Amino acid sequence: MASPGKGVSRREILRDGLQMAALVGAGGLGGYLLGNHGQGDDMLWQIDPYKCIACGNCGTHCVLQDSAVKCVNDFSMCGYCDLCTGYFPPEPAALNTAAENQLCPTGAIVRRAVEEPYYEYTIDEDLCIACGKCVVGCAAFGNASLYLQVRHDRCVNCHQCSIAIACPSQAFVRVPGSQPYLLKQRIRPK
Amino acid sequence: MVLTLAALPLLCGGSASGEERFPPPDFTYHKMPETPVPPPPSPLWEYADTAALLAALALATYLALGRRSRNGLLILAAVSLLWFGFRREGCVCSIGAIQDVAEAVFNAHRAVPGTVIVFFTLPIVFALFFGRVFCAAVCPLGAIQELAAIRPQRIPLWLEHTLGIVPWVYLGVAVLYAAGGTAYVICEYDPFVAFFRRSGAASMLIFGACLLVIGIFIGRPYCRFLCPYGAILGLASKLARWHVRIPPTNCIRCRLCEEACPYGAIVSPPAPLAPAERRKARRRLALFLAAVPVWIALGAVVGRMTHATLARMDYQVRLAGWLAAEKDIDPNDKLALDAVRAFRNTGQSPAEVFSAAAARLETFRTGATLLGAWIGLVVGLKLTQLCTRTPRDDYHPDPRRCVACGRCFWYCPEEQVRRGWIQSVEAVLPQGTPVPLNTVARRDSPGEKT
Ligand code: SF4
Ligand code: SF4
Ligand code: SF4
Ligand code: SF4
Repeated sequence: MASPGKGVSRREILRDGLQMAALVGAGGLGGYLLGNHGQGDDMLWQIDPYKCIACGNCGTHCVLQDSAVKCVNDFSMCGYCDLCTGYFPPEPAALNTAAENQLCPTGAIVRRAVEEPYYEYTIDEDLCIACGKCVVGCAAFGNASLYLQVRHDRCVNCHQCSIAIACPSQAFVRVPGSQPYLLKQRIRPK
Repeated sequence: MVLTLAALPLLCGGSASGEERFPPPDFTYHKMPETPVPPPPSPLWEYADTAALLAALALATYLALGRRSRNGLLILAAVSLLWFGFRREGCVCSIGAIQDVAEAVFNAHRAVPGTVIVFFTLPIVFALFFGRVFCAAVCPLGAIQELAAIRPQRIPLWLEHTLGIVPWVYLGVAVLYAAGGTAYVICEYDPFVAFFRRSGAASMLIFGACLLVIGIFIGRPYCRFLCPYGAILGLASKLARWHVRIPPTNCIRCRLCEEACPYGAIVSPPAPLAPAERRKARRRLALFLAAVPVWIALGAVVGRMTHATLARMDYQVRLAGWLAAEKDIDPNDKLALDAVRAFRNTGQSPAEVFSAAAARLETFRTGATLLGAWIGLVVGLKLTQLCTRTPRDDYHPDPRRCVACGRCFWYCPEEQVRRGWIQSVEAVLPQGTPVPLNTVARRDSPGEKT
């Protein structure tokens, strides 16, 4: 730094060199990531239904007031039972749709007689609060066809899902946007 | 190339709830419905976001460097806040993208959406040329704070420098946790995302509200004293060829802008040193430089000692702790009880968890050592930087701290002349300004373009 003028221009050269290096570095990192890890569609959150223990956190920890997680009935697995242990509490007074005979605190499960002697159970997602009571009930004595899934029409896809942080079973995983659900899907024997 | 299906093998894992006790009936006339799977929003939004980012960055650059319009920047900030903040609800953001990048670098199976990579890289590339134009009017977190900064006051420079270390520490911590796949702390403690979604944890809403209230008086508290991405951008801006300038032309050293920057970014030209003092300063610089390795070593040792504490955030480590002392779990600790229940559900043996936790602890030992060394490096370099002096004779914004908000432009009489508000600079100069007005101050760098 003998004379300020020279010092400055030397600094300029150094700066330009560093800038080039940083550009190459940033570009290289971006290119490497795009090439080796990148994908066109988004990553979404989903619940691995085989890990979930339906603890109830899904209902309370979503950033949305009305949780983006809802129960689904996997129709391909459901036994269409009259005495549905996901629908009825352990010792129901009667097998009917009276509110006191329902396990679901919000009456979100719609029970409908289909072919004798079968009943079809559909979830009213606007009512479901993802408490998981029916999931536990169905898994305990039924086919475990009721389980929780993130509903992607509701989920705002937080970069870090708040429920994933609170999930005791590490059931939340990132899935590619092209396969947004992790359904159990019974493979039906022919 | 694309490792998207990492999650699927999990499905094949053991499960205690997969029994088929009542085979589904073969209906004769009833048609079995499909399980409803509402699709996610179109991936086109991703591309719209990327395009919006590029457009906003280009516009911010033009407004800050070309038009030199603070009002334009404010309007763009408001638009960015509405789009990236409230419309897109704060995700994806460049700050959080640090974590994806960190995790992808250390984990070969982590797929990252292209948008996230672009959000991470593009503002840095812009900063390398034009300074922190991203912070000026694109980042929704910056925008909400910029709009909140109504009565910003300057804080003492020593405080500015001390707190300025925090983002680098935060960056290290965030990278450590993201690289190991433990947590995304930047997202977990994002103060404003709850506003953007208009819902969220009460604690985070309160934190965000506090920052906004503080931000009325101490401008951009998150940007200056927390944001790890701002730290990266600041460093990149240091190399920017076309950074914002306070005067549109040359600095006449009228000192009118001296107090203009609420973010403490404006640096006065240092007074020339006597040769003896200069020698002393140089010796001090050498001493501090020599001390950097000592800081690093010290940090590494301290970091290594804290690894068990840092690892407590990790799921495997916590689960192992709960399993090892199952009887001691507080019956109100729902998370622990549920985790143990979930563990039973997997059919794994505790030994597997214990060995996994031991491996995690080992990883954390390395990670914590590196984190400590990193913090040591940051402290050492900060101290070194404090005793360097850049000989310049104009008032200029320190690129590391300048967010190109444009507040200082109007203070400059040269700018007022440019805008036609005044005829000549003499009109606004305070009495007795010790600057020879008609001599154009020597340019600090002959090759610099404006
Ligand atoms: S938090 Fe986890 S375990 Fe609990 S219900 Fe949700 S996915 Fe299932
Ligand atoms: S990503 Fe966000 S919105 Fe979606 S389920 Fe998780 S917390 Fe709820
Ligand atoms: S019991 Fe809970 S999870 Fe099941 S449908 Fe009702 S609200 Fe939803
Ligand atoms: S410093 Fe961080 S939060 Fe502030 S504007 Fe820049 S990137 Fe956004």
